[in-house]
Amino acid sequence: MPTPSDSLPVAASLAPPALAARPADDRLAAVAAGRDVPSEVHRQVLDQAPVLEIDRFNLWYGAKQALHAITMPIPHARVTALVGPSGCGKSTLLRSVNRLNDLVQNVRTTGDMRLRGESIYDPRMDVIELRKRMGMVFQKPNPFPMSIYENVVYALRIDGENRRSVLDEVCETSLRGAALWDEVKDRLGESALGLSGGQQQRLCIARAIAAEPEVLLLDEPCSALDPIATGKVEDLIQELRGTYSVLIVTHNMQQASRTSDYTAFMYLGRLIEYGPTTDIFTKPILRETEAYVTGRFG
Amino acid sequence: MSSDAPRTRRLRSPYAALTAQGEPWLWLTGGALGWAVAMITGLLGLIVFQGARTFWPVPLDEIRLDDGTVLLGEVSARERVVTDADGGPRPTSRRLLRTENFEITGSHYRWCDDSAISAESRPLHAAAVERLEGGRFHGVPLRLRHGDEVVAEGAAAAWERFRAEHPAIVGRGAEIRRIDRVERGRLQRQLRSARLATTRARLAAGADSPAAVAAAAAEQDLAARVAVAERELDRRTDDLRRPSAGWVLDCSTSDGREVALPLDRIVRAWQPNRLSWWGKLGVYAGRWGEFLGEEPREANSAGGVFPAIWGTVALTLIMALVVAPLGVLAALYLREYADRGPLTAAVRIAINNLAGVPSIVYGAFGLGFFCYVLGGSIDEVLFQPALVADGQPTFGTGGLLWASLTLALLTLPVVIVATEEALAAVPNSMREGSYACGAGKWQTIRRIVLPRALPGILTGLILAMARGAGEVAPLILVGVKKVALDLPIDGTFPFVHPEREFMHLAYLIYDVGFQSPNAQAARPLVFTITLLLVAIIAALNLTAIWLRSRLKRRYVAQQF
Repeated sequence: MPTPSDSLPVAASLAPPALAARPADDRLAAVAAGRDVPSEVHRQVLDQAPVLEIDRFNLWYGAKQALHAITMPIPHARVTALVGPSGCGKSTLLRSVNRLNDLVQNVRTTGDMRLRGESIYDPRMDVIELRKRMGMVFQKPNPFPMSIYENVVYALRIDGENRRSVLDEVCETSLRGAALWDEVKDRLGESALGLSGGQQQRLCIARAIAAEPEVLLLDEPCSALDPIATGKVEDLIQELRGTYSVLIVTHNMQQASRTSDYTAFMYLGRLIEYGPTTDIFTKPILRETEAYVTGRFG
Repeated sequence: MSSDAPRTRRLRSPYAALTAQGEPWLWLTGGALGWAVAMITGLLGLIVFQGARTFWPVPLDEIRLDDGTVLLGEVSARERVVTDADGGPRPTSRRLLRTENFEITGSHYRWCDDSAISAESRPLHAAAVERLEGGRFHGVPLRLRHGDEVVAEGAAAAWERFRAEHPAIVGRGAEIRRIDRVERGRLQRQLRSARLATTRARLAAGADSPAAVAAAAAEQDLAARVAVAERELDRRTDDLRRPSAGWVLDCSTSDGREVALPLDRIVRAWQPNRLSWWGKLGVYAGRWGEFLGEEPREANSAGGVFPAIWGTVALTLIMALVVAPLGVLAALYLREYADRGPLTAAVRIAINNLAGVPSIVYGAFGLGFFCYVLGGSIDEVLFQPALVADGQPTFGTGGLLWASLTLALLTLPVVIVATEEALAAVPNSMREGSYACGAGKWQTIRRIVLPRALPGILTGLILAMARGAGEVAPLILVGVKKVALDLPIDGTFPFVHPEREFMHLAYLIYDVGFQSPNAQAARPLVFTITLLLVAIIAALNLTAIWLRSRLKRRYVAQQF
């Protein structure tokens, strides 16, 4: 596996102490004015072995640029949180990882992402195969109009897997992994649409991990859930750490600090600061980041 | 509430308060719905009432008029009119008497002014007789005879004996008709295929070729054998006719004439004035049975409508089978594959406009394209001998297949529009979820989008079937016939004959109600046919609705 230093052309500068003393909204004002600013990426992140490398990635919706030269490695088998105010491009970045943005008309990208060194945006890349290596959970639970069982094994079914024993085993493992097994084991044949919102979201997580993806993409997975269901999903993310590489978008700072190992702060399509979660929340390099994570801005 | 509020400030005008409460809108919307429901139930109620009572035996009234005329018939309507008699206009009432005996009276109905009636009664033994030809007969039985020998004298005895003899005669009559239609039909078809074989051989190898000569010889041979078989059938039908012949029911009409009714010409007879309620129910059920299960008689004005029921159902089902996949696939392309753009929008507008094209235009297109171009080409290639030998096209003329395709074309816009709406209603999040699992476009459509959209698609199909089943105009051009007794599926090879012409209930309404020489006499039957057509469409729709609700339970449960 390539190390970050030889495969990733790091555009980030390490923070000179002087920067931290500047007024909090200096960089944000520069970004708002349309100027490019350097990203602050902590050294601890670069030392990790990455599963996914985002390399100077730009994205335009028509004429509007939504992502500006995002460069960040996503560490292997860790939870990485993307935070930032609404419209900062977190979800867009997430959807770019499994090329779900291909479905939107008038989307144009430059730069690249690499999954274990393989270029995602290579024209020869089979998007279907790529998506099979990733799992994704959306903001609103979106169970398919079929039984609970069929929902979980959907990814295997479309892959042509029809052996009952294999499907049964995957179904149970995934539902256990999503902490849903005990609640639904007696009604696997019933419609998934009859589950509660929290159960539906955990079902979607079970579906996303059924094919044992290399990267798990979570797009605000708790925003439509009540606190109890949120707690269950957060516990679940904790348990996934170490097994899966998780990239999670969240609006909830407590959630980011509780669940993630690394946190990236984005603003208006730019990566502002990226480092270990404890550092980002306790001693960030930038005052802007501190202002955001403590709720004084954004 | 608060007394210290400034009085000068008026928050709302009374008018604004009224509209804000929504009370007027409640009345307006509720009233509109009420009107719609009232009109629809009124129409359906009229059809059901009139259609259901057609076959109920009505008492026969004998009416003596002031001028000495005596009439016997069913009172089928009463009305109040204002007549301008001596002493100025005054209201009177009159009644419509269904007198029948068309060959004697020259009419089926007669209006009688109540003021001109001097006496009326209900003769106990008055009988209504349905005949194979000549319509209905009303009269009082006098005697039953076999040849010149009187078997039973007097109304009661003659009727008793008639009831004993008649069923066997009816049974033999049915057997004769079966022999004529089925067995003679089979012989004729054998002859025809032999003739086609000869023509085929002549076309293939020349008129003097050995093959053609052999085929001609075989045809001659078959013709001789068919002639023998025909004579055998003649003998059998004669044997069946002989015991029925000679039985005659003599009846007197209201104007004193004596009419002889041969029993083998009588379909059914009843004495409504003597019938108990159960007896009436028996006659009612029997007439419904004939109506539903038999072939029409007397230019469709009597008998049953079975071929038309068959044709209507077959036409509608074939149409649905064609239009459903075609419409769904077209809508799938428009909604799921085509890029959003001016071209897609133009196609969509064009499809919507197609729904507004008059149906006769589709009929003309069906005749020109399906019958003449497609059917003509099929005839050229596959049915050349039939074209040469009979001078008649096989597929090159109207038929069930072409009519179904024409109706499918007619209802295509409905299905496409409904399917598009149903596809648009599938949440995008479901599609994205599927793609994120690594599903391809078609896998997503087949496993997620289509099941979810299926109830909506079925709604479109229901609308299409209801529209198609009620169409008449295009069918007239592409194959519906006044009388077509050969069903498109029967026991002769190849068993399915989609090229055959067919009968249709909606066309029958037009034919019986507006093309028959006596519209008034046909009116009750028109109501009954209408009732039947509405019932069939309702049955087809209910099936689809039941299917839809099942699918809905399975695929579209409420979220949250």
